[in-house]
Amino acid sequence: MIDEAVIERVLGTALRTGGDFAEVFAEDRRSSAARLDDGRVEDMVSGRERGAGIRVVVGETTGFAHTSDLSERGLSEAAEAAGAAARGATGGVREVALRRVPAPAPNEVDVLPESVGKATKVALLGRADEAARGVGGAVRQVSAVYGDSRRRILVANSDGVLASDDQVKTRFMISVVASGDTGMQTGRESVGHTVGFEMFDRYQVEDLAAEAAGRALAKLRARPAPSGSLPVVIKRGSGGILFHEACGHGLEADHVAKDVSVFAGRVGEQVASPLVTLIDDGTMGPEWGSYAIDDEGHPAARNVLIQDGVLTEYMWDWLRSRKEGRAGTGNGRRETYQHLPMVRMTNTYLANGTDDPDEIIRQTPKGVYVAQLGGGQVNTATGDFVFGMTEAYLIEDGELTEPLRDANLIGNGPQALRDIDAVGDDFAMGGPGTCGKQGQGVPVGTGQPTLRVKAMTVGGTAR
Amino acid sequence: MSAEPRAGAVGVPTEGELLELAERVAGWARDGEQVEAYVARGRDTEIQVYSGEVESLSSAESAGIGIRVVANGRQGFAYAGSLDLDVVEETLAEARDNAGFASADEWVGLAVPDGTVAADLDVWSDELAGVPTADKVALALELERAVRAGDARIRQVESAEWGDSAYESAIVTNTGIRASSRRTVCYVSAEAVAGQGGETQTGSGYSVGRGPGDLDLVKAAADAVERSTRLLGATKPRSGHLTVVFEPRITATLLALIAGTLDGEAVLKGRSLFADRLGQPVAAASLTLVDDPTDPGAYGATPYDAEGLATRRNALIEDGTLKAFLYNTYSARRAGTKSTASAVRAGFKSGPGTGARALSVIPGTSSPAEILAAVGDGLLVQSVSGLHSGVNPVSGDFSVGAEGMLIERGALGRPVRELTIASTLQRMLQDIVAIGNDPERLPSSATGVTLAVGDLSMSGA
Repeated sequence: MIDEAVIERVLGTALRTGGDFAEVFAEDRRSSAARLDDGRVEDMVSGRERGAGIRVVVGETTGFAHTSDLSERGLSEAAEAAGAAARGATGGVREVALRRVPAPAPNEVDVLPESVGKATKVALLGRADEAARGVGGAVRQVSAVYGDSRRRILVANSDGVLASDDQVKTRFMISVVASGDTGMQTGRESVGHTVGFEMFDRYQVEDLAAEAAGRALAKLRARPAPSGSLPVVIKRGSGGILFHEACGHGLEADHVAKDVSVFAGRVGEQVASPLVTLIDDGTMGPEWGSYAIDDEGHPAARNVLIQDGVLTEYMWDWLRSRKEGRAGTGNGRRETYQHLPMVRMTNTYLANGTDDPDEIIRQTPKGVYVAQLGGGQVNTATGDFVFGMTEAYLIEDGELTEPLRDANLIGNGPQALRDIDAVGDDFAMGGPGTCGKQGQGVPVGTGQPTLRVKAMTVGGTAR
Repeated sequence: MSAEPRAGAVGVPTEGELLELAERVAGWARDGEQVEAYVARGRDTEIQVYSGEVESLSSAESAGIGIRVVANGRQGFAYAGSLDLDVVEETLAEARDNAGFASADEWVGLAVPDGTVAADLDVWSDELAGVPTADKVALALELERAVRAGDARIRQVESAEWGDSAYESAIVTNTGIRASSRRTVCYVSAEAVAGQGGETQTGSGYSVGRGPGDLDLVKAAADAVERSTRLLGATKPRSGHLTVVFEPRITATLLALIAGTLDGEAVLKGRSLFADRLGQPVAAASLTLVDDPTDPGAYGATPYDAEGLATRRNALIEDGTLKAFLYNTYSARRAGTKSTASAVRAGFKSGPGTGARALSVIPGTSSPAEILAAVGDGLLVQSVSGLHSGVNPVSGDFSVGAEGMLIERGALGRPVRELTIASTLQRMLQDIVAIGNDPERLPSSATGVTLAVGDLSMSGA
């Protein structure tokens, strides 16, 4: 993307105002998407973005500037702006010699999106629409989205790091509206992986459509969710969002350093039920949150955050780990070259336990079974978090009975982690997620085996 | 093609140059083709301070173009984060190619001028561009100090921030649309962390304006302090049903959710709760909901919508009766009506959708204190969470996490947290029991006001 000699000169320029650290992050991103709604392919969209962000650190201050001009002149201007923003003392010349950081790709990409014709991509949408409408006459509306992206990045910094990555992602989403006597209901399904078009060898869009339509139809019979504290059993897969919210964000080193995490200062302590082993792993093959290098040029890693309930490690970005004089964990990410990197999760999951998932339900006299989760949100300072259930059932006498309408659940992170009293042996990853933090969205994966939290507040309306 | 594109950098364009570029692209339309060019440029500064030092300072300009092509009833769109002519030319070619893969749809087409004259809005501050960076840093530091000094229980300020943005855009089509606009905004905000013993609570405060003269640091600091400290000692309440009073900033969020269900396209596609309710009572008779982007005091004020039509005042609900849906050009044609000039887009990277920009309700006559007194026992909500996961705009199910204060015997009582409140959007509109006399301008598509809604489920212990 940019000549090495040019990068070395630009880093030199960035450091001219006395910076301790300088970095060039260049990105070239192409994406395409097609959307079907109301039986029609409404549009096909393609996008191209290219540019570089330059960061200069002086003491506690970070200066940042970005440009869409990747010429030496454009980069040098941005470097000067970033250096000036960091306001270092003037003077001093530092030379930077780059060395390439090797990083294995998490997986091979077989079929690059640009090698596939637009007509082939669009054809998936029609197939999904037809399959969803075929599930039942109550299906009234279907929308489906196909999307792919190829993001090539290059990172170089004044520590001599030079690394690059080529990140290809493909996703498919379908959303169904069904209508009945009790009004309208919705069902969704989505898949996304860090792969090319070969994703559709693994998934048939008809199956995804049937899942989404089945959810909407089931909810037409749904009754209001309970209101109050109950045991909650969460089906394998999408429930990983529970950990993303209950403790994932609280284990990000930036929140910890500012002491706005309930998990600050607790490494080595029992913070969860002994059944909980939690891992963040950016190297997980084709999962949605995987990459070869993070957006600061460091290889992705598998990091055990909680082992048998004991807090073992936080997630770090390079800037903070550098300051602490410790190794990074490969969790420095940014949405685009226009953003500063910060600590972010990759694929965060609960490791398998030993319980039989069916037995977990059977041994729950009364509770809620959550089969699909929507998003969530957490306040890391208090640990209070919510997540939404988009497919759920009542558990009565150890059996799933009636479907429930959508509602949020609320809990407190440390308490919920302690209250996990059963973990199944049926681990699965969930669908693709976008994690938002300080206005930046990045792709993340979550996963877990079936589990039970012995008490959570279910936010329904049932009297 | 009326002019051959030429490769080369455009440099830093002025508003006039944006319009010129958009005109040029629209001029490249072929016979039988409609072309729309949306060109935008933003200049943003963001300064975060922490513990008396600048933590990060970012200042940058970005620009891009989104091009829509309609040919043979098919629509294609492409965007690029660059205004270099070779990139722009490639983007047009992509949009044209993309159009070939969409389904034919007789209602697809670009906007044409409808005779409405654009409001003369002053939403630009020349003064903002002249504020030295050092002054912005000083304001953020002053805010941080003010929050820390506001109460002995403030442990720290997670972040104190200055931000400003200047946004210019131009939109031109070969169907006669030619519009350009610009606006500035600046803000200061702080997230306070209050503590007592082992307990921590957070609260935010902010102030927003067109230029630095509009900002109220004292109020931003006081809000952050009050909101974080008053939650200290909060416990999880017992579950039950009660009247909920929403603070203005939460009401603004609710109004935006309601307006989302009044999208004419959702109505046409069978996704709106209110599809068959036009002309019927859908809310308490005290509610009149208006979207008026020509109101210069509104944060979302703009003379033109995202398709280049002059914006106008649209009354959505009057005295509780549903009066209108929001339309862009496509959905209006399909519904056999006129666009309400409600096209919106998320910058140059997306084509036009539909949405409200400047919602407000006609204020009531009671002060917030009078509303609390009338409610007697209930819950005052100061923050909500899980809006994405807990509000279903199709079924209307509403369930969100909340923090706030119980209302006991007509006044604020003890703080509560880790609870949810739930109902449906349909019922909440009908259950409105009081609207405050305290409209508050917010950085949102809606103006806030204190709002009391009866009979919500509160889930806690």
